Amino acid sequence: MRFFGEPIEFEKQAGIGSPAWRGRADDGEALQAFAVAVHRNGGRLAALWGEDRRKGGEGFRLHVAFGLDMGHAWLGLDLPAAHPAYPDLAGIFPAANRMQRATRDLVGIATDGGDQRPWLRHGAWPADWFPLRHDAGGGRDFTNRPSDYDFVQVGGEGAHEIPVGPIHAGIIEPGHFRFSVIGERLLRLEQRLGYQHKGVEKLFIGMNPADGARLVGRISGDSTCAYAWAYASAVEAACGISPPPRGLLLRALMLERERVANHLGDLGALGNDAALAFGFSQFMRLKEDWLRLNGKIFGHRFMMDRIVPGGTALDLEAPALAAIVEQGDAVGREVKELKKIYDEHAGLQDRFLTTGTIDADLARELSLSGVAARATGLILDARVHRQGYTPPAPWAMLGVRPATDERGDVAARAAVRFAEIFESLRLLRELAVGLPDSELRVEVPPVPGGSGLGVIEGWRGEVLVGVAFDDDGKLARVHPHDPSWQAWPALEHAVMKDIVPDFPLINKSFNLSYSGADL
Amino acid sequence: MNLFGTFGQLFAIALALVLAPLLTGWVNLCRAWLQNRSAPPLLQPYYMLHKLFLKDVVLAHGASHLFRFAPFVVFGCMALACAIIPTLSTDLPLAPAADTIALVGVFGLARIFISLAAMDIGTAFGSLGGRREMLVGFLAEPALLMVIFTTAMISQSTSVATIVETLAHRDFVIYPSLAFAGIAFTFVSFAENARVPVDNPATHLELTMIHEAMILEYSGRHLALIEWAASLKLYAYSCLGLALFFPWGIAEGASVFGLLLAIPALVAKLAIGGVLLAGIETLNAKVRIFRAPEFLGTAFLFAVLGLLVRLLLESRV
Repeated sequence: MRFFGEPIEFEKQAGIGSPAWRGRADDGEALQAFAVAVHRNGGRLAALWGEDRRKGGEGFRLHVAFGLDMGHAWLGLDLPAAHPAYPDLAGIFPAANRMQRATRDLVGIATDGGDQRPWLRHGAWPADWFPLRHDAGGGRDFTNRPSDYDFVQVGGEGAHEIPVGPIHAGIIEPGHFRFSVIGERLLRLEQRLGYQHKGVEKLFIGMNPADGARLVGRISGDSTCAYAWAYASAVEAACGISPPPRGLLLRALMLERERVANHLGDLGALGNDAALAFGFSQFMRLKEDWLRLNGKIFGHRFMMDRIVPGGTALDLEAPALAAIVEQGDAVGREVKELKKIYDEHAGLQDRFLTTGTIDADLARELSLSGVAARATGLILDARVHRQGYTPPAPWAMLGVRPATDERGDVAARAAVRFAEIFESLRLLRELAVGLPDSELRVEVPPVPGGSGLGVIEGWRGEVLVGVAFDDDGKLARVHPHDPSWQAWPALEHAVMKDIVPDFPLINKSFNLSYSGADL
Repeated sequence: MNLFGTFGQLFAIALALVLAPLLTGWVNLCRAWLQNRSAPPLLQPYYMLHKLFLKDVVLAHGASHLFRFAPFVVFGCMALACAIIPTLSTDLPLAPAADTIALVGVFGLARIFISLAAMDIGTAFGSLGGRREMLVGFLAEPALLMVIFTTAMISQSTSVATIVETLAHRDFVIYPSLAFAGIAFTFVSFAENARVPVDNPATHLELTMIHEAMILEYSGRHLALIEWAASLKLYAYSCLGLALFFPWGIAEGASVFGLLLAIPALVAKLAIGGVLLAGIETLNAKVRIFRAPEFLGTAFLFAVLGLLVRLLLESRV
């Protein structure tokens, strides 16, 4: 199969997961031409990562996943071991910038131009050492040298910088924000992330698929179900197996519970950032009850390690399902009440409306996915039918209704979260009532040399995991991709017309992952 | 100046120092209750002060004498303010030393010192907070002066003690001008004491803070003094509001009995005021910082309305 008349031949990957086609670009120019074609046709850059394949006598391989209307196009580009370089894609997809720099820092394959600043490497290891190369060794004996980072300077009368973080006043994850301001007005925001880099991708190398499932669930604790499912889906695609129906629906049930829990927390935190502590305590109470029920029926408040390759690791009995339905009804009633309070609170709406705006064109340009993209009016949800796209099982039969809002501001992101809570509660009821009887999981056979791609619509956006096995059936390379990679740069754009004190609110309305993108 | 007056004055200051953290604790308690949180102990602010006084001071590199000096000035200003405002009795030997206009000046002096100290170390947050504090301050002060002028016109004096005596002594007459002044004063108090909707006293968001941004670099006994001063400021504003608009119960002249009666009256009034404050804070979200001028502009407008009403309608009362 070919896309957009480009000469690259694609083949659909096996399995019943999110539809993905894999192909191989002959050279950098072919990759670039394909990227241009994707961009011209409204596609997105979904992920970009590198792989060291020199062990098998090859060179390096660059992986680029594009989000198209009908699914994902997963393109590989083989690079020579001696001079691994490829054309800079950041001019076509601005989202490529940080991914390319991270790939250079970790694997040592760089673009032949463009932004050459380090991204994940903060001086903890030298510039000529690349942790994801198989000959890199342990490398724990480097001395940590603080590195200078070339922030873009804003000049002019009265312009000055406010550096914020990586240590913040509250207990949140570390990230550095460099604001260029005149008075209170924001001229520019530049982020520097990577403070949470902990070598997750390195840790995957040589693991059993089962251990990999445990690790992938710990990349970003708030999205553990999304990651675990995306990983499982990638492994299943590599093996060509399909999880049984009950296992699949249980996964959906867990994912929707994860979505509701996080949206509840975010809506509360949005109230808190506008100093409406009432909203905070109400939503936190709901979230806490929600997590407690998780703990009771799944044995874990965040449902870690419950989704495994091949299916799920636990079954729900009738009383547990009844509890889910009952709680869903109760929470639905309360959230409806709280939505009314949020909608009618003049002070809160004044803070929300027109704050942190991005429009659909910008969202498309930045390859944005998830809540932030849907809040600009894009119908972009891996669970939802759209023109040319049929969602994978079990979403196709559930008929998920997309939640969108065209305003693109904080209010829109809050509205999308409210709408998604109601939709998820409806799905949860359907899932809990109509759970079919079948096996929970199937055996995962070892697949030496196989690879697969899994894509799941997590609560934040599209979570993507690429998996490759070595000849012994161990993990050779796992690349987990958080939607925050694309959304962080969108945040830089969203704050541009606003003032310094509105930043926390805008930031919270995105609520992006540091850990997920720092890896 | 008599002996009893001196004693009364000293007692009022001591009571202010003791009661001020309690008022802060009470407001926090009410806020927690209203927001369905489990509340901190009522005495939490005292524990806090105790802890901070025991801690070592960590000074920023490049902090000048001003930075170390400012907490004492701020604390001194607030203690003086509490001495001038008739909290228990109008028989205050210190009262002739400063009238209401000087009182506004005392608050202004504290503001200048804390803002300068915030900018002294040169961190981005300090300057940010100092700048915002001055923005709020220069809008709040005229409104506060207008409120005071309205009450001063009723009593023909700018001395706080005289104002309170006059207002408490008059036959029960409803002054529309005082209603306007009262609304304006409430607005100003919220802004001046870094409460929602202008600032958030419980904030963890370094980019939106005003008061907290200025004191980020303080620690140990310096921070304790500043926290205590903040409590005293809330106490002073509450007492000023009570003295101007609800003066009943404040002792007049030298009477031990009156003084003893004034204490429960004050505590009861402060307790009710604290509940109202917590209620308003719970119901409101914080306004955008550029809406703060609107908020204080409204306060000024109310204060001017009060003055006009006094001039046009009540001049023969």
